Amino acid sequence: MTATAMAASSDAPGGVELRGVTKRFVTPTGAAMTAIRDVTLTVRPGEFCAVVGPTGCGKSTTLTLAAGLEMPSAGTVRVNGQPVKGITHGASFVFQTDALMPWKPVIDNVALGPMFRGMAKAEAHAKARDWLRTVGLAGFENHYPHQLSGGMKKRVALAAALINEPTMLLMDEPFSALDVQTRAIMSNELLTLWEKTRPSVIFVTHDLEEAIGLADKVVVITAGPGTVKAEFVIDLPRPRGAVQDIRFDRRFLELYQQIWEALREEVDEAYARTARAAGGRA
Amino acid sequence: MTAEALASLAETASDEASLAAAARARIARRKVWVITGQMAIALVIIGGWQIGTLTGLIDPFFFGSPWGIVVRLWDWALNGTAYGSFWLQIWVTLKESILGFLVGVSTGVIFGVLLGEIPYLAEVIGPYIKIVNALPRIVLGSIFVMWLGLGLPSKVMLAAVLVFFVVFFNAFQGVRSVDRNLTANARILGASRLQVVRHVVIPSALTWIIASLHVALGFSIIGAIVGEFLGSQKGLGLVIATAQNTFDANGVFGAMLVIGLLALSAEWLMAKLEKRLLAWQPANTRDGTIQGL
Repeated sequence: MTATAMAASSDAPGGVELRGVTKRFVTPTGAAMTAIRDVTLTVRPGEFCAVVGPTGCGKSTTLTLAAGLEMPSAGTVRVNGQPVKGITHGASFVFQTDALMPWKPVIDNVALGPMFRGMAKAEAHAKARDWLRTVGLAGFENHYPHQLSGGMKKRVALAAALINEPTMLLMDEPFSALDVQTRAIMSNELLTLWEKTRPSVIFVTHDLEEAIGLADKVVVITAGPGTVKAEFVIDLPRPRGAVQDIRFDRRFLELYQQIWEALREEVDEAYARTARAAGGRA
Repeated sequence: MTAEALASLAETASDEASLAAAARARIARRKVWVITGQMAIALVIIGGWQIGTLTGLIDPFFFGSPWGIVVRLWDWALNGTAYGSFWLQIWVTLKESILGFLVGVSTGVIFGVLLGEIPYLAEVIGPYIKIVNALPRIVLGSIFVMWLGLGLPSKVMLAAVLVFFVVFFNAFQGVRSVDRNLTANARILGASRLQVVRHVVIPSALTWIIASLHVALGFSIIGAIVGEFLGSQKGLGLVIATAQNTFDANGVFGAMLVIGLLALSAEWLMAKLEKRLLAWQPANTRDGTIQGL
């Protein structure tokens, strides 16, 4: 695909295009901190893009820019072909710690999206009930979040994010707080749900296996301030089936090796930096 | 399943049942001991006081006596006070406290949420609120009596001012400590600023606000009583002031007892309300409620 064709296709609903994006934060003491530097990244509509990189490289910043929660210090962010000026329309966000309201029962949490957009309560609840059934939580409508297990909360968060029928799903290490088995189950479930509605996805993770198992494209970010180091197309056929099994696929292992080569230097660099910082303090 | 397996299953079941029964019995015994201890302390203090006054060890003129307090309260209940029935005095103080509480809580919450949500306002007004908070606000009571007279408004004002600061600081802190992921998520889901405040900020700050209400309740009663001390024609504060002027120790203690009972029942109602409003919280975080007064 040529560059112009890629650019054109990122104009359709769900397409995301970051061009030369830099984001600086100013600390309360006045010092500037560059989170990401000159990031150029295109996600086509319906594409599942995983972003991997060492801790503190600004992966999450990329998501907040795409969501319109923050504005770039330099460069342009375009979603659906439109420059991002405020909260991006048609986006949903899944956080590492579930952004569920602890004082609302599950059903009210899921119904929030439609209700914020002006849907009547009864209708929003009916829709929320449908989504809870889809994620396998029928019968838990009136539970409070603290009464659910980690995996169940994650399902509620997924239902709450997908109920708005997003064209773009932004996920910030969504499964990193789960145990290994639950994480595998949730990964499979995410793929099933994604294949139903096909939003474009930006999935931030530091787990390379998870990234390759899920995504069409894996982007490696350098140690902070982050910039795109390399992009890898994951040409494993879909539907992929269980992520636990695909790990033993020959092609999977080849890709893993290639991407790990690129990622390792950055991880080492980031680790050396934190070690130096710790040494400096001591 | 073999008969043997069934038998061993039945045995463990009965074992567990007897363990549970033993644990329950232990808890019940402990409860009895705690109550016995509490009763003993009350008996020693009140009984000692009464015996002390009877034997002349304690001068009942200055210290009153438990029986004297009962007699004084009985007299008030039957014959009333110099300025109307005793029940009327209670009702007046109660009305002042409740109104002061309501005014103080609502303004405290409104200002707390506004300043918490709008950093500019917080920076501009913040120092002034700190200055006023540092002043001995009880003295404002004198000003309020001068401005608003001897009636109800001056007491309501004083109670409201005392309540305001407690609730305001908690509401402000509560709004400031809202989980930023929750607000970000609500905004992405399509919430307007007002919807964010209504669905995220206020419920989230409610835990903080409710914690302050216990203390606020005590302050509202203190505000009303002190207001009545400073100048009034009715109320329990006036009853106490009159008793003080006539060296009636039993009267002071009697009124104090009534105020204490009022505060306790208000506290009980508040605990009920808290339980209702915070029903969503896991049980273990709800155990340690703060006691006001």
